[in-house]
Amino acid sequence: MKNRSDLFWKIVVYAILIFGVLIFIFPFIYMILTTFLTSAYSLPRPEEVFTARPNLENYKEVWMEYEFYRYFLNSLLVAGVAMVGSLLLGSMSAYAFARFEFPFKELIFRAYLFTMMIPLVLAIVPQFTVINNLGLVNTYAGLWLIYIGGGVVGSTFFLRGFFETIPKDLEESILIDGGGKWRIFWNIYLPLSKPALGTMAIFAFSGTWDEYFVALTIIKDEAMRTLPIALMMFQGQHASNWALVFAASLIAIIPVIIIYIIFQKKFVQSGHSEGAVKG
Amino acid sequence: MLQHNEQLNDPGVHEKVKKGKRNKKPKEKKERTSFKKGLQQWREVFPFLIVGLLGTACFVIYPLFKGIVMSFQEYSIMPGADSPWVGIENYARAFQDPTFGYAVRNTFLNTVVTVPINWFLGIFFAVLINMQFIKYKITFRTLYYLPIITSWIVVAFLFRYLFAAGDGGFINYILYTQLGLIDEPISWLQNQWTAMFVIWTFHIWKTVGWTVVIYLAALQGVPKSLYEAARIDGANALNLFRHVTIPMLAPITIFVVINLVMGAFNIFPQVYFITGGGPMHQTEVLQSMIFNEAFTNMNFGYSSAVGVMMGLTIFILTWTQQKKIGKQKFY
Repeated sequence: MKNRSDLFWKIVVYAILIFGVLIFIFPFIYMILTTFLTSAYSLPRPEEVFTARPNLENYKEVWMEYEFYRYFLNSLLVAGVAMVGSLLLGSMSAYAFARFEFPFKELIFRAYLFTMMIPLVLAIVPQFTVINNLGLVNTYAGLWLIYIGGGVVGSTFFLRGFFETIPKDLEESILIDGGGKWRIFWNIYLPLSKPALGTMAIFAFSGTWDEYFVALTIIKDEAMRTLPIALMMFQGQHASNWALVFAASLIAIIPVIIIYIIFQKKFVQSGHSEGAVKG
Repeated sequence: MLQHNEQLNDPGVHEKVKKGKRNKKPKEKKERTSFKKGLQQWREVFPFLIVGLLGTACFVIYPLFKGIVMSFQEYSIMPGADSPWVGIENYARAFQDPTFGYAVRNTFLNTVVTVPINWFLGIFFAVLINMQFIKYKITFRTLYYLPIITSWIVVAFLFRYLFAAGDGGFINYILYTQLGLIDEPISWLQNQWTAMFVIWTFHIWKTVGWTVVIYLAALQGVPKSLYEAARIDGANALNLFRHVTIPMLAPITIFVVINLVMGAFNIFPQVYFITGGGPMHQTEVLQSMIFNEAFTNMNFGYSSAVGVMMGLTIFILTWTQQKKIGKQKFY
């Protein structure tokens, strides 16, 4: 009797969980099915969507004719450089806060923390004027400056905690060899924080890969557009051709999803949760 | 070299050294040595710190101050053009602008509606996934987290597509054609409250995975020994949940709720990509209004004034929570 009710509850729990999965996954499936429709010039009816035959025609059209390969490469370049830059700068300043004593350290860190609470949209106009004064409007350099410069705070906050958990005794081997702070940083702190750095890298990459508002204000040239902007413009022009719009959308989200699925086992739950659990 | 470095690294040693000097030497000299020491420390940390500091100063801190200044100006972005001072005119204007009223109301409503639902669904699914007999825990976690990593724009397209007007939209198809729950297909995005409903659903669907993942991590951090001890004392499943799980999750719950409130308060792409603030600005929220005023209407001063008011509100909200946050080590 006991076993039977146990089994019943197990089935109920599984059913709820699978229902949850359906809610989260179904829109994606519906989107993928829609991309298989050809000549969808008005809103396709659900019956048509469910009977669509898999084919890659729309993807080919979007990729070649509408030049999404170009926007894809643009985004890859923008997000790639921004990711490497944020990682380097973020880990350097996290190391500074984790392992150095200097006057006003906590004051500066508090100021950093404070800025994290202010929404980015308030800063866009002044950021634009800075880039404008530097003569970097419509260049990727301008975009990188904002992404990397504006992102240091977050990555410093995230990485400082990890660096502080690394035992100081490890530094001695380098010191005995006569190495300085840089060697300690490169040979001890960076290699030992690989999981945290990897998580950081994913955040930085997907954050800039999807970034729309800053890119919209800085980049003017059509050929230099990144994927999010290209997508919005494309949707504006082909509002009713959902098959094409979603083919382009899938091209835009697939890299991030693949990266996430590959790395998610090593994913560090953004540090703060760990600290909180222990405390 | 070795000793020197260790001294700098260890605050304890550092403190002792400073104290020793303080006792022996006259005041003036002591101040000079500690100043010198500070300078020396800055010299060491400088190469690691400076680029990040510069970046933050130029692209975070300066823009914030500049924003405050702009809010008192009729700001023009053209080089060489005048930006006359207008006092508090931009602020006064907000209180006569019906769009601002909608924006405040909708930002507030979004927080009140989505935070409790988001929190409940998050902890509910996390507890279910964490149950002992559940297999494929990581698969469930990954699938629930999928909306989070998907681009806002793409998900917004999806929601506009699913909630399309007429009987071809999928939601209308289910509710009207299949189930017959409604008398006619709903034009979801053309009416204020149905549009708000879509925005809320969108917000919850897109962000609930984060709550699930954080609570899952927290649940896995609850020591198994606590459950065993309670079980030996004769506790049943419900008792375990009430007297072990819930108290152990209390600190993380504060963190989660604060983050959910901030996330809901900062709602922006949800509105910008779904309705653009329409119909008639009725679904506008603070951030979408700030963006539209600046980049559609070119009212930079007015946009900044709304921004400053929003920033102040967030500042006060977080300041009152500062003590609670400060006690937790979140990094």
